[in-house]
Amino acid sequence: MSSANTASLNTATHTVAPRRARKGTSERRGGYWWYILPGAIGFLAVVAVPFGMNLWYSLTSFRGVGDPVFIGFENYQRLLGDPLFWASFRHSVVFIVAMAILPTAIGVVVAAVLFNYISPKFGSKVASFLRATYYLPQILPIAVAGVLWKWMYQPQYGIINTTLRDLGLGGLAQNWLGDSDLAIYAVMNVLVWLQIGYTVVVFMAGLSRVDPALYEAAELDGATWFQQFRTITLNQLRPEIAVVLITTSVAALKVFAPIFVLTRGGPGTSTIVPAYFSFSNFFTTTKVGYGAAVASVLALMISVVAVALLRYQTRNSEGFEDGRG
Amino acid sequence: MAVDSLEKPAATVTPPSEPSARRIKRRKRGVSGWVVLTLVAGLGLLMLFPFWIAIINAFKPAPDYIANGPVSLPTELDFSALVDFWGGVDFNRKLLNSVVISGSVALIAVALSLLSAFAIGIGRIRGRVWILALFMLAFTIPQEALVYPLFVLTRDLGLYDTMTGVIVILAVLQSAFGTYMLSSVLGTFPPEVLEAARLDGATRFQVLRLVVLPLTRPTMAVLMTFFFIWTWNDFFLPLVLLPSADNQTVSVALGALSGQYTSDPTALAAASLAGILPALVFFLLFQRTLMRGVNLGAVK
Repeated sequence: MSSANTASLNTATHTVAPRRARKGTSERRGGYWWYILPGAIGFLAVVAVPFGMNLWYSLTSFRGVGDPVFIGFENYQRLLGDPLFWASFRHSVVFIVAMAILPTAIGVVVAAVLFNYISPKFGSKVASFLRATYYLPQILPIAVAGVLWKWMYQPQYGIINTTLRDLGLGGLAQNWLGDSDLAIYAVMNVLVWLQIGYTVVVFMAGLSRVDPALYEAAELDGATWFQQFRTITLNQLRPEIAVVLITTSVAALKVFAPIFVLTRGGPGTSTIVPAYFSFSNFFTTTKVGYGAAVASVLALMISVVAVALLRYQTRNSEGFEDGRG
Repeated sequence: MAVDSLEKPAATVTPPSEPSARRIKRRKRGVSGWVVLTLVAGLGLLMLFPFWIAIINAFKPAPDYIANGPVSLPTELDFSALVDFWGGVDFNRKLLNSVVISGSVALIAVALSLLSAFAIGIGRIRGRVWILALFMLAFTIPQEALVYPLFVLTRDLGLYDTMTGVIVILAVLQSAFGTYMLSSVLGTFPPEVLEAARLDGATRFQVLRLVVLPLTRPTMAVLMTFFFIWTWNDFFLPLVLLPSADNQTVSVALGALSGQYTSDPTALAAASLAGILPALVFFLLFQRTLMRGVNLGAVK
């Protein structure tokens, strides 16, 4: 799903609040099962059964036609020796930098500047307006963002190269997406552009819950803006930073649409990612069993990150709930 | 509590009233204040820049682009690139497809979420923790790990390349998230209200329809907005499951463009603009809801 979806993971814990056992409800409770039936059937049909089938395919040699032939863990073994597989996960790390680490670093500074500096000096309307401009790329379908940037990166008439030439810097003009050394940076740039809005919005919301007295006290003590940022803002935003880092890392592991639109994994394999790698195994080279193995490994990695998130949140909100009594 | 916390992030849209100490400072903007404002505004312009050049070039005659490049303002307004693109890919059709698919997914997903969350949050059925963990799995799992089986299943069921197939699949996937959200809201639903309804002899379904539904409407509105936009922007499953041009969504139609039109710069600008416009309309309509929704997850 889209990058907006990065907001979606972190909702686990409130639901599992302690329940009081109520007298006489156990009988009544039975009837509630009817209400979960549609969701359960949907889950079985759309998630559980397909995921099981995917696991089964990953243990077979299957080219999309005929019947899958069981070959055990051969696909996985082959995967470990496949340089493409390793390249795709190396690129995942690069995209975690582009989608998680850089946007978080930029977002926390921008949010703090907007909230603690621009808003008091120039009013909250100015800050909200700027926040909206940063957020705007988030609403675009990623495919549209891809077309837009592909056009700007175009070597002959794209805006980046024409501007460089107009400035007399024609020597710096590059075939941004067509050069296998540069393409990954060009894609990273698009992803950072897409993601900043999300982090700014979340961090500004986080700051609104920080007690202003903290800043006022620091100011009385003569702390500079930067000192306040380091000691108060970063500390107070720690939960948001952790959640954002994990959710955006999950999104980075899943990244597909920008790659499909901008580079299709190329030039060569210089921007291939696991999602695109499995997709091309499924539908281009029709090595379905192999693609299924890639997808399964990806699912495993994402689950590990997601469980980390869940544990972090559970720990945090338990503390929170204890505090409330 | 959670019902409150859903409403609370709205406060971040209009930041909290400033304490008086800050109001005094507000007049002291100083040189450094303006420098910082210029910096953040500059970054804002950088973010908007792609939008801006898509707009100015979409209305530029092709010779103008060749002669003056992408930065200059158009010398005359020329809608031909936009009109050509619109007609060339039958963009009305794609818009309609996207509206039908996104609207159906949003409605069905919210309905599914409400039913499941009612059982989990109000009914407190046994094993709800595990059920929720499974639902969480449904929206963390990469779609690549589902796509080939879904392709096979929809083909065998005659749902391949039909909007119905995609609607059902996306509705279920998104309702997993909705169930999560709504369960947490309903799990903290005021018990007195439910008790009172039961004493009045309300059936379970009446409780759902007459008590729970009206009180959770704001949350469901946020969810529905998000489901609509996620579906609108969704790329991977529609790309695989809706191959024919007649069924394509806006996102897929544009994504599939890469490669085409490479020799026609204004056509690409027009295509980008066509993709931006609907998104921009949602943004203007739902800005508050969007911001609130983004925070819904992250702010605890």
